[in-house]
Amino acid sequence: MTAAVEVKPTKTRRFRFNWVDSFLWFIRVAAIITIIVGFIGSIQLFLAGEGPTLQQWRDLVISSISQGAMYGLIALGYSMVYGILGFINFAHGEVFMSGTMVGYVAANLLFQAGMWEQNIVLSLFIVLIVAMSTSMLVAMLVEKAAYRPLRGAPRLIPLITSIGVSFFLQYTFAGLFGVGVRTYPALPESISGRVVILGVPIETTKLLVIIVAILSTIILWYFVTKTRTGRAVRAVAEDKEIAGLMGINVDRTIVTTFAIGGAMAGVAAIMWALLFRSVDFTTGFLPGIKAFTAAVLGGIGNLPGAVLGGVLLGLFEGTGPLLILAGLGIPAVSQLKDAVAFIALVLVLIFRPSGLLGERLGSEDRV
Amino acid sequence: MNLRKGVNRGLITGLAMSFVGGIGMVTTFNNKLLIDPILTMGYAVLFGIPFVIALISTKRVVLEGVEVEPHGAGDVLFGAVIGLVGGVMTALYVLLINAVDLTETFPNMGPPTVQEMTFHQDLYVGMGLLVLGTVVAATIGGTVRLIPERVRQSLAQGLLWVLAFAFLELIVEDIFEFAKVVTQFIYAQNGGLTVASATVIFIVSAALAYRFRGGASVLRQRLVGTDERGRSFPTKLALLLIGVGVVVLPMVLGGVVNELLINVSLFMLMGLGLNIVIGMAGLLDLGYVAFFAVGAYTTAVLTAAQSPTWNPELGWWGALAVTMVMAVIAGIMVGTPVIRMRGDYLAIVTLGFGEIVRILLLSDWLKPYFGGAQGIRGIPGINIFGQRISGVDPQLFIYFCIFFVGIAVLVSYRLLYSRVGRAWAAMREDEDVAEATGVGTVGAKLLAFVTGAVLASFAGALMSAKIGTVFTNSFDVLVSIIILVVVIVGGMGSIPGVMVGALVLIGVLGGPRSPGLLAEFSQYKLLIYGMILIVMMLKRPEGLIPSARRSRELHHEELTQDAWLDKKGQFSTDQAEEVPV
Repeated sequence: MTAAVEVKPTKTRRFRFNWVDSFLWFIRVAAIITIIVGFIGSIQLFLAGEGPTLQQWRDLVISSISQGAMYGLIALGYSMVYGILGFINFAHGEVFMSGTMVGYVAANLLFQAGMWEQNIVLSLFIVLIVAMSTSMLVAMLVEKAAYRPLRGAPRLIPLITSIGVSFFLQYTFAGLFGVGVRTYPALPESISGRVVILGVPIETTKLLVIIVAILSTIILWYFVTKTRTGRAVRAVAEDKEIAGLMGINVDRTIVTTFAIGGAMAGVAAIMWALLFRSVDFTTGFLPGIKAFTAAVLGGIGNLPGAVLGGVLLGLFEGTGPLLILAGLGIPAVSQLKDAVAFIALVLVLIFRPSGLLGERLGSEDRV
Repeated sequence: MNLRKGVNRGLITGLAMSFVGGIGMVTTFNNKLLIDPILTMGYAVLFGIPFVIALISTKRVVLEGVEVEPHGAGDVLFGAVIGLVGGVMTALYVLLINAVDLTETFPNMGPPTVQEMTFHQDLYVGMGLLVLGTVVAATIGGTVRLIPERVRQSLAQGLLWVLAFAFLELIVEDIFEFAKVVTQFIYAQNGGLTVASATVIFIVSAALAYRFRGGASVLRQRLVGTDERGRSFPTKLALLLIGVGVVVLPMVLGGVVNELLINVSLFMLMGLGLNIVIGMAGLLDLGYVAFFAVGAYTTAVLTAAQSPTWNPELGWWGALAVTMVMAVIAGIMVGTPVIRMRGDYLAIVTLGFGEIVRILLLSDWLKPYFGGAQGIRGIPGINIFGQRISGVDPQLFIYFCIFFVGIAVLVSYRLLYSRVGRAWAAMREDEDVAEATGVGTVGAKLLAFVTGAVLASFAGALMSAKIGTVFTNSFDVLVSIIILVVVIVGGMGSIPGVMVGALVLIGVLGGPRSPGLLAEFSQYKLLIYGMILIVMMLKRPEGLIPSARRSRELHHEELTQDAWLDKKGQFSTDQAEEVPV
C-alpha cells in the first residue's frame, strides 16, 4: 500500500494483523488437530477391539475405492468442461442420472428376456452402451440448447443456467419415469460372489468397477493425448480464438468435449448400478457434487487428477467417518458421510485451491 | 418462407407437445378449468406450444444494413407448416402410446394421457382434432405479426388479463366474498371463467389497453425509474396507496389467501436477503438456506418447551435478539473461508455449507440438541400484548411478516444508496479494480453475507413461530435454489423486482413444500422453476424489473451507440450478452 512512499526498504517488516488470514489459519490448525485427535481415538478404539475388524476395514477400503473410481469418472466430465469453457456444469450429475435411469430400462428388458441370467457379461455390455449413449446424448443436447447461446457470457451466467438445467432434467425424468425408486435386477450368482486376488478376497462387482474405471481412463487418456480430435480439444481449452484461427471447428470440439464427459458419466452410471442397484431421479445430485469435489481435489482441468481426486475422495468419505469421527466419540458416524465429503471440499479449497495435480494459476484465473 | 426451417421448428413443436403429454402435464393440468366448458389449462399449455413457437419463429432479426423480408402471407404459411408437422408428430406419438403399453416404464404414457390428448373422442377423430388444433394454433401464432402493433399489444393485454383472472380465481372469490353476485358472474360453478365473463374481460381490458397505450410504462417510469431523491407528489401518493393497501388487504382476505401471502412474504424476506448477497455484492450463494435454518432452529430451541436439552422458554422477541447474533456469527463463519474464492467455487462451497448444516441437524450426533429427524415441536407463537400469535390465525400473523419485509426493504434501500452499496457495486463489477481504488473488499463481502444472513434468520424465526415445529426437511437445497430463481426472475439487485418475483412465483407456483395458488402446478413446479431459470438466463439475465443502476451499466455502450445510429435511441434489451455479474 505504501510502496510509492517508501524510499529504502526497511529491515523489519511491519506485522499487520489480518484477521481473515488468521481465521483461515485457525481453521487449518483446528482441522489438523481434529483429524489427529480423531485418528488417535479411533486407533484406541481399534486396539480396544471396539471398532471394525481388520477384515471389515479391508472391505471398506475396497468399496471406497470402487465408489471413488465412479466419482472419478463423473469428475472427468466436470474437469473437461471446466477446462474448455471455464464454468461448473452443475447439470453433469443429471447427465449421469439419465444414464442410470435409461440403463435401468435396458437392464429390465434384458432381464425379462432372460438374457440377464444367461449371459451377464454381454447384458452388462449392452446396458453400458445404452447408458453411455443416453448420457452422451443428454450432454450434447444440453450443450446445444442451453450453453451454446451463452458462449462468452460472464461465467456466473452459464453456472446459473446449469443449475436450471439440472432441475429441469431431474424433474423431466421424474415426470417421465415417475418418482418411485427403481431397482436393477439382481446380478446372477456367477458375478455376485468374491474372487481372490493376491490372497485378498474382493467382491467381483467391485473389482469389475475398478477395472472398468481403469480401462476407460486409459482409453480417454489415449484419446485426449494421441488423437487428432483430442489435440483439438486441448487446443480449444488453451485458447478458443487462436484454435479457431488454426482451422479447428470450435463448436464441434466443444460438443465433442461434452459428449466425452457424458460418455464417462454413462460408464459411471453402470458402476452405480453395480454398486447400489437402486436409482431414482435424484440419484445424480450427490454424486454430482462429490464428483465436482473430486475434480477440484485433483486439480480442475487435469484429467488424471480428476480420477485420482475421485479415488481419494471416495477413500476419505468412506473411511473418514470411522477413522476420524468415531474416534471423537460421535455416534452413528455413517450418517455424516456426505457431510464429510462436503467438509473435504471446503478444506481442499482452503488448503490448496489449485488441487493436488493442478498448477498454481494467476490470481485472475484462480477460483 | 423457409421450408426446412419450418419443418425443423415443427419437429421441435411435436417433441415439446409429446413431452408435455408424456410427463402427464396435460392430464394433471386438465383438472383446472380456465374458461368453463371450452378451455382447460392442460390444453392451453398443449396448444400454447405451437402458438409460441410459431410466434418466436416469425420474429425477424434486424441487422444493420440488411434488408428484412416484410411480414406477409409467408408467415401464415410458415405457421401452418410448423403446426402441420408438429401436429402430425404429436398424433403419431399418441398412436404409439396407444398401441404399445409403456406404463411400466413411463407411468404417464398410458390411456389417461391418450384420452386427454384425443379429447375423449374416438382415437382417429381425436388425432384429427389434435392435428387441426395444432395447425390452427401455429397459424394464429404466425399471423400475429401481421396485425398492427398497437392492436396486437392490446389483444395481448386482453389475453393476459383473462389468464390472470382465471389464475387468480381463489383471490378474487375471496375479496368479493361479500358480493356473491360478482363471483357468480365471473366464475362458473365448477371453476374457471364463464364464457361471458371471459369475453367481457377480454374486450374491456383490450379496449382499455388500446386507449391508454403506453400509460403504464410512463407510470412505472415515474415510480421505479426515479432515484430515491426527487420523488414527485404522485409517486408519494402511489406509495401511500400501496401502503394502505398492504395494511387493509389482509383484513379483507380470508385465511387461505393470507396463508399463501405469509409464504410469499417469507420468500420475499429471503429473496431480499439473497438479493443483497447476489444482486448487490455479486456473490453467488447457493447455501443460503443454512441461515434460514439457523434462524428457525435458534428460535425453536430458545422458545419451545419441548426443546430436548436447552429450553430457556424465552419469548419470541427475546429469542429474536439471540437469533440475530447467531445469524451474524453464522454469516461470518460461512463468509470468511470463502472470502478469497470467486464466482463458481464460491457457489459450490456455499452449497456444501448448506448441506453440511442440514446433515448435522439431522444426525444422531446432534439429536440431543436439535431433535434429529423429529425436529423440535411445540414452538409457541409470537408474543405481543400478552397474546400468542401463531400460524393458526394467519390474518394477524401476516402483519409480522409485513413488518419484517418492510424492515428488509428499508435496509436494502438504505444500503443500496450508501457508501457500502457503491462499494458492493464496484466489487461486483471488478474486484481488483475496486480493491485498487480503496474499497475494503473483505469487509464489504462479510457485511453482505452478514446482512443476508440476518434477513434469512428473520424468515426462519417467523417460520418456526408460524408452523410451531421445525424439521430438517424444510431446509434442503431446493429452498436455496427457489430463492435464487426468485431473485433472478425479479432482477438481480432490483428490490421491487425481487418482491414482484416472490409474489408471482411463490404465489402462483408455490414454495418448495407449500402449494401456490394453482395446486395443479405442485407436481411440476420444480420443472417449471428450472425452465424459468434457463429461459431467463438465455433471454433476459437482468430480470423482469431490472434495477436502474444495473440497466445503466448494462446498456451504457448500447445507449451511446444507438443514440448515434438513430434518434429514437431504442435498444433491444435482449442483447444483454455482456452482462457483468
